[in-house]
Amino acid sequence: MKSGLTVNKTRATKVFLSAFLILIATITVYAFLILKHDPSFVDLNERLLPMSWQHPFGTDHLGRDMLTRILLGFQLTVGYGFVALLLAVAIGVPMGVIAGFKGGLVDRLLMRVADAFLAFPDTVVAIVLSGLLGAGIENLLFAIILVKWVNYARLARSTVVAERQKDYITMAKINGLSEWRIMWKHLFPHLIGHILVLASLDLGKIILLISSLSYIGLGAQPPAPEWGAMLNEARPYFQTVPALMIYPGLAIVTVVLFSNLLGDYLRDKFDVKKEVAE
Amino acid sequence: MPLLQLNNVQKSYQQGNPVLTDINFTLDRQECVGIVGESGCGKSTLARCILQLERLDQGEILFEGTALQNKTEREIRPYRRQLQTVMQNPASSLNPKLKIRDSLMEPFRQYGAQVSLTHFQHGSEEQLARQLMDAVELSPDLLSRYPHELSGGQKQRISIARAISLEPALVVLDEPTSSLDVLTQMSILKLLDHLRDALDLSYLFISHDLMAIQALSQKILVMKQGQIVDRFEKVDLFADERHPYTQQLVSLFD
Repeated sequence: MKSGLTVNKTRATKVFLSAFLILIATITVYAFLILKHDPSFVDLNERLLPMSWQHPFGTDHLGRDMLTRILLGFQLTVGYGFVALLLAVAIGVPMGVIAGFKGGLVDRLLMRVADAFLAFPDTVVAIVLSGLLGAGIENLLFAIILVKWVNYARLARSTVVAERQKDYITMAKINGLSEWRIMWKHLFPHLIGHILVLASLDLGKIILLISSLSYIGLGAQPPAPEWGAMLNEARPYFQTVPALMIYPGLAIVTVVLFSNLLGDYLRDKFDVKKEVAE
Repeated sequence: MPLLQLNNVQKSYQQGNPVLTDINFTLDRQECVGIVGESGCGKSTLARCILQLERLDQGEILFEGTALQNKTEREIRPYRRQLQTVMQNPASSLNPKLKIRDSLMEPFRQYGAQVSLTHFQHGSEEQLARQLMDAVELSPDLLSRYPHELSGGQKQRISIARAISLEPALVVLDEPTSSLDVLTQMSILKLLDHLRDALDLSYLFISHDLMAIQALSQKILVMKQGQIVDRFEKVDLFADERHPYTQQLVSLFD
């Protein structure tokens, strides 16, 4: 019974993930081919239109094509989320590995900085930073990277600290490997699974952060078709044309759901059974 | 010139609390010296000092007549392939994320280009890997497995194969049989004995187990609280003039 359920769940996840990946690939490649409309073309004669062949998702309060804006918003929101995530990993992981491996003063210094960031909730720090730096998607990205690298540094450090005492590290030293080679050859394989799982779960959180800060006006600025910003623009029409909020809302939900499922899937795939078996 | 010579070696981790005091002994080529002592007597610290993983407080350790303790890690590196070790815990001496082949061939990949071996052909990595597996009586099929798929004894054989892969001058065996069951212990000891003859190796065999020590060693040193309290040839193990502590160990042995 139990195993049957698990198999079904895994299969459903796999189907969803593959479908979503195909969708992403299609949109990225064909966005410019399938889109017939300029995302910021304003036509006040065509405002708030319902679904039609011409405008499959209708038009918004300025007569802009909704489908075009949602799809380009995908590139914007997910694209920026991805960039922020990659940079946070690229900064955090090396910091954590070095701190964990070297220990001593370097370690204490890095980890106190990390603690300072962790003392505040992500959202609060991001709001304050992008508020201080001024509204705009670049500043928001900077704020997100500053908030997120800490998680990767801590994760990398704790893995490295657990592994560096093991005999195989001593053996690698006896076999003449330099510290950098030991980090790369012996410690990196331990990190990759953990990092991938955390990163795929984080992607959803970062996208939520971008959208919610854009919603309150601190991230992407109109007329950029960012989903959070679109939600904000659609607020006055919530009761008359709810579709304007439903489409970007659904888009956000789908992407965040995808990120969480991907995270779960990777966590099962990179399960630490190998070490548990010892 | 002896292969390894320790003169008046002192080591402490905390001031005023010496772990090793006044250790003197020599080890000749193709000799096996056994060091026996209870847990916490400083055996493993001694092994770490000889392997150049710790700095000495005083005294010197000469390896082939050269003192290594004041050299930098970079200067020590060429000596490391001559100075190998097999550690106590086979589970942690192999990286669980690497295939057996990658763990086994680590020394060869590091030094391969510079070495010339007399007993093994090392034309290709694969050729050497198969000969090493053969030498420790394991199937070459295991090369593409992960450590968790092997038994403790098999893992320890891999560790031994890795240690002997570049025909080192000295192998420090730090409790190599202690975490294995009795039958596996016997077969590992037999293997080590055979390899020493086949490859002209020298061993420094450290253990708390007098039975294992005397199976392999010609010379036996008894350590207690960081000092060598007794030293003798294996044939004199049961002689009456032994130190009281040695006699105590021997009585446990019956």
